[in-house]
This record gives sequence, structure tokens and C-alpha cells, in this order.
Amino acid sequence: MSSLAIRVQDLGKLYHIGQTARRFRTLRDAMTETARGALQRLRGRGGDQQDAIWALRQATFDVQRGQVLGVIGRNGAGKSTLLKLLSRITEPTEGQAEIHGRVGSLLEVGTGFHPELTGRENIYLNGAILGMRRTEIERKFDEIVAFSEVEKFIDTPVKRYSSGMYLRLAFAVAAHLEPEILLVDEVLAVGDAEFQRKCLGKMSAVAQEGRTVLFVSHNMSAVTRLTEEAIVLDRGRIVLRAPSAEAVDFYMTSGLGQEGERVWQGDERLTSSGPFHPLALRVLDGRGRASGQVVSTQPFEVEFEYQLDQEIAGLRVGLYLLTSRGEPVFTTFDTDDPHDFERLRQRPAGRHVSRCRIPADLLNEGRFVLGVNASSYRVRSYFTDEHALTFTVDGTGAPGSQWPEHRSGPLRPRLEWRIEDRR
Amino acid sequence: MTAATTAGALAEPDVVLVRPTHGWGGFNLRELWRYRELVYFLIWRDIKVRYKQTVLGAAWAILKPLLTMVIFAVIFGRLARIPTDEVAPPLFYFAGLIPWLLFQDGVSKAGNSLVASGHLVTKVYFPRMAIPLASVVAGVVDTGLSFLVLLGMMAIYGVRPTAALLTLPLFLLLALVTALGVGLWLSAMNVTYRDVGYITPFLVQVWMYASPVAYSATLIPEGPWRLIYGLNPMAGVVQGFRWALLGVGSPPSALMAASLVVALLLVISGAVYFRRAERTFADVV
Repeated sequence: MSSLAIRVQDLGKLYHIGQTARRFRTLRDAMTETARGALQRLRGRGGDQQDAIWALRQATFDVQRGQVLGVIGRNGAGKSTLLKLLSRITEPTEGQAEIHGRVGSLLEVGTGFHPELTGRENIYLNGAILGMRRTEIERKFDEIVAFSEVEKFIDTPVKRYSSGMYLRLAFAVAAHLEPEILLVDEVLAVGDAEFQRKCLGKMSAVAQEGRTVLFVSHNMSAVTRLTEEAIVLDRGRIVLRAPSAEAVDFYMTSGLGQEGERVWQGDERLTSSGPFHPLALRVLDGRGRASGQVVSTQPFEVEFEYQLDQEIAGLRVGLYLLTSRGEPVFTTFDTDDPHDFERLRQRPAGRHVSRCRIPADLLNEGRFVLGVNASSYRVRSYFTDEHALTFTVDGTGAPGSQWPEHRSGPLRPRLEWRIEDRR
Repeated sequence: MTAATTAGALAEPDVVLVRPTHGWGGFNLRELWRYRELVYFLIWRDIKVRYKQTVLGAAWAILKPLLTMVIFAVIFGRLARIPTDEVAPPLFYFAGLIPWLLFQDGVSKAGNSLVASGHLVTKVYFPRMAIPLASVVAGVVDTGLSFLVLLGMMAIYGVRPTAALLTLPLFLLLALVTALGVGLWLSAMNVTYRDVGYITPFLVQVWMYASPVAYSATLIPEGPWRLIYGLNPMAGVVQGFRWALLGVGSPPSALMAASLVVALLLVISGAVYFRRAERTFADVV
């Protein structure tokens, strides 16, 4: 048996935007397209390359048995596509990959959970979906239940679970998967801090057992902690393979990071439903440049650019500001002002930008997460991304800077104090 | 995608090759067999959740054919006075409805199955065929329940089953194969063309009138017409079902042969189309 676990050669995946743009087609579209396609074929394969995007191209790398390899890159760089190809969810357009050994892929936790089934039943179902044998699930059943800490509710339908319980159970099943090769996507992005710690603990345990792991994450500290080596992807290509610390450093300093700007590209735009498509979210510093770093004592702007395929009634586009620990700071919508809401009762089709000015002297120093949402109140939610980007606030000159201590709380407003003499 | 398997044909392959596939691809029944436990769990899930959050629960499995039978007996029996081959009308309609509903539910559920399981298709690998297959097979439980009712009705009407009863599983199997064939086509098409969701109820309705559910196949004149009629596999199934249970009509012969051939063609072509479409399911669904 060779010491090679995965060998990827010139792997590539082409997505036709025209094909996925509407998510699904009608028969009429297909007929016109077929006619057009036939014409193009007569003229010799023209035209169809323009509305196609290589989500991944010419990816070549090896992973040795027992190696833990990190995969980093911003959204749309091809990380998820790579995992989907290796886990055989979708077929490559070119190239090939050899996989030596049993593969388990965790692109999310709780895949296939059915809300009507009990925790017990879902353990079996989810286990089978993840590729476990029935006997294997039976053997590990008690262990899974213990890990999930939901013993009392194991015979309750999971639709009655809190989201925390649901996640714990889902992760417990996933954590007991014992493939030779484990492919893990951003599963740690969900859940509270406690849950993330538990997941990370389990991940490092897996890594130490000598299994091969491919670990995709936005959590740079997790990547440095869990992996020895990492590859950096940018726009579908592998731009670097290096020891993790070096790769993370390259990623953060080369402007590939998510900081300050988030652009939705290609098929990512389609994660939204219907007529709303996000284009970009930016934090603009005092000089109007997209930046991951703003100063607490100066106002800054957040702009969200989006495209409407058709007019939307009662649309409100909002921002969620969260701390890096996930605690909400505030929520604001672009039509909070009743006059604006009245004026924009119908938002016409086309490109729009909603800009929000964050006043000076509001936020404390530290890292913040911005989420976005677009919905029509009580009608429909078109798009939500709760962790669209992160930015850092610099506290230089903030109230109380004369004391070099950390101030608790996400806000650091400049408030008026009056100190009077009382006698 | 091909699996380079070693000598143990059904064992886990040592090396999996991920690469673009071309042409018509194989049926990959081996892959489906490797995932038989998943198929089993999917069937089990479909059965479990079928009547969740309903007041009457599994009683619906019996109520559906029973109520339809009453409607048929009133409209086609009483009002239109369509002959029922000297069998008590309730029995005649009920016996026809059992295999028909197995087919109808199978086709409707399978047709929607892949789209409904989009979250699975985009997140995990397994032979996609497991999904429509499970939807079709899960209907067997309903059939079993209503079959018990039918046996009771036969006792009441004093109809004694003959040795022909032993052939009944064959007709059920034929109904399943036909439903799977149509289900494969519809489910794969539904992924790309959501029109299927609108076409299916209509298709099923037309199909019912093209099958001897509400009337007897003996109404169709002998000769070439009967053979064309037999091209609808459900004609053979429903008529055969009544013959096996109630001794109505002639033992299946030419009609059955035609039905069998068409059913096999449906399932094979469905599988081929499905395999071709399967490659892009995760990208399109």
C-alpha cells in the first residue's frame, strides 16, 4: 500500500453561469438553447466560453497518508468546489483525482436530518447518509449520544430541539465517522464559541490518530493550530502551498483575506433566492477606500451593493453588527426612516447601493463581524449572510485612551460627563 | 465517475478515481448495491415520515383507496352503468385501485424526490438513484395495508381466491418497475426543468384513464387495439391484478407480454437518462 492518500492532477471544474443563473430552467428555455447550441456547434464551438467560470482549474497536489492539509482562500476561490469534487458530489470538467481509502466528507453537519424523526432515528439516518455501516452506528450509538449531551431528548423529534441541541447531535454523529480520509468544510463556522471549541478539540484528536484530513476554513487560528501545511486558493487556482503559518501569513497580507470587503462572485450570487442578488459589501474608511481597518474616532461607511432582477415591494436591506464572539451589537435597515420607507415602497429593478454611515466614537476597539440581510417584512427573506465580512476597529484616541487598559463591551461612545461641586 | 474495484467485487474499492465521465455511462448497479444500507434507511425514513403530523395517520393509506372506490362506484357504477365483469363494483374498483395507487404515489413522490432532497444531493455523495428508488418502494407499505382491507372485502362478498393469487407479487413488481421507470425520468428531468412538477399530476390523471382502473379492459375490442392498449404497462398490471384476485377476465397473455416489455424499456431508458443527468444534479438542483 502506498503512502499516498490523495493525488490530484490538473483538476478543473467549469460552471456555466447561464445554466445556473436561474437555478433551474424551463422546457422553453431548453428548447431555445438547444436550437442556439446546434447553430453554435455548426459554426464550431463558439460563444459558450464567455458565460462560463472556472471555479477550479489546474489544481495539482498530493496529500500523504496521515497528513492534515489546510485549504484557505476567500469565498469563491474554489475551496468548496475542490471538496465537492473530491467527495464525488459533482464531477470535474477536466483532470482527475486518485483517492486511496475510504472517504468521509463533512460539508455541513446534520445533512439529511429529518425534523419529524427523533434524535435516535436521525442518528441512524444521518450515519447512513455519511457512509457509516449499520453495525458501526449500533456500536457507536451510546458514545454518540453521550458526546451530544442530549440523552434525555433522544426519543423526541428533532424539530423540538433547540438549535444548540440540534447542532450538538449533528456534530456528534459526524465526529464518530471514521474514514481514512476526512474532508471537512467550514463546519466550525456554525454554533457558539463553546461548540466551536468542542469541534476543534475533536478535530485535533482526529488529526492525531494519523488520519488524512483536508480542512477548509476561514478560521485562520484553527488552520494554523490543526494543520502543518496549507494550500492557498485564489480564483480557482492554487497560488501557494507552504507550512501553515507561512500560508496564513501570505493569505492575510496579500489582500486575499475577507477583511473590509466581500464580493459575491459567480454562483455565490445565486445563493440568494429570487430577484435579489448580492454583489459586494464594503467597509469604507475615512478616505472612502475599502479597508479592513477603521479608526474608532472617525466616522466610516458601510456600503452594500446589490442587483434586483425585478421590482421588489417593501424591500429593506439591513446590516447586523456582531462582535467577533458573535454577540449582536446592533441591527439597522436602510428604510428605517418611515419617509424613506414610504418613498421606496417599490424598489425598481437594477443595481443599487445602500450606504450606512457609522458615526465616530461609537465602537470599541476590536474585531467586528458584519452580516447582511434583504427582506420584505413579513413577506419574504431574499438573502441573509450573517458573517459576510470582518473588520477591525482601532481605538487610538478613543475616550479614556490615557489609561492603556482594555475596556469591556463592544461600544465605546464619547459621552458627556459633568463634574460639579456639591456642597 | 468510475470506481476501480479490486477482486472483491462488492467490497470497498481501494482507489477511487474522480474524473469526468463521457457518453452513456454504466448503470452502476454495483455502486447502488454497495449503498444498499442507505437505500434501506431512505425507504425507512419515507415510511416513517409519511403520515407524521396527520390526525388519522396511517389510516390514510386505507381511506384513500376506499374513498376513491366510493366515488367510482357512484359515478361509473351507478350513474354511467359501466359493467364490472360480473363482480361487485366495490370489489372491482378496489382491486384495481390498489396497484394503481401504488404506481400513482410512486410516480408522484419519486418525481419530486430529488428536488426535495436537494440538500442531500449538494452535500453528500451516494448513488442518486437511491432517492427515487426509495420513494417508489416506500409505497409498498400502503399497498400492504389496503390489501388487508381488500381481503376483508373479499370475505364479505364471498369471493374465494384461487391459485392465481400466487402470481400477485409479479403484478406488484411490474407496477413497481413501471413506477420506477417513470419516476427516474421525471425526477431527473425535474432537477433541471421544474415544469415537471406541473406536468406530473396531469400525466398521472391521463394515465389513469388510459388504464382499466375505473372500467374493465374487456371493453377494449380484441385485436390490434388490445395490443396497443397493452403498451401501457399499467393496463397489464391492473387487469392482471383483478384476474389474480377475483378471477375476472382472461389470464394475462399478449397484453402482459407487451406490458412487460414496455415496463422494462421504461426502467432501462430511465436509468440511462438518469445516469447521464446525474453528473450535474449537484450543480443544478
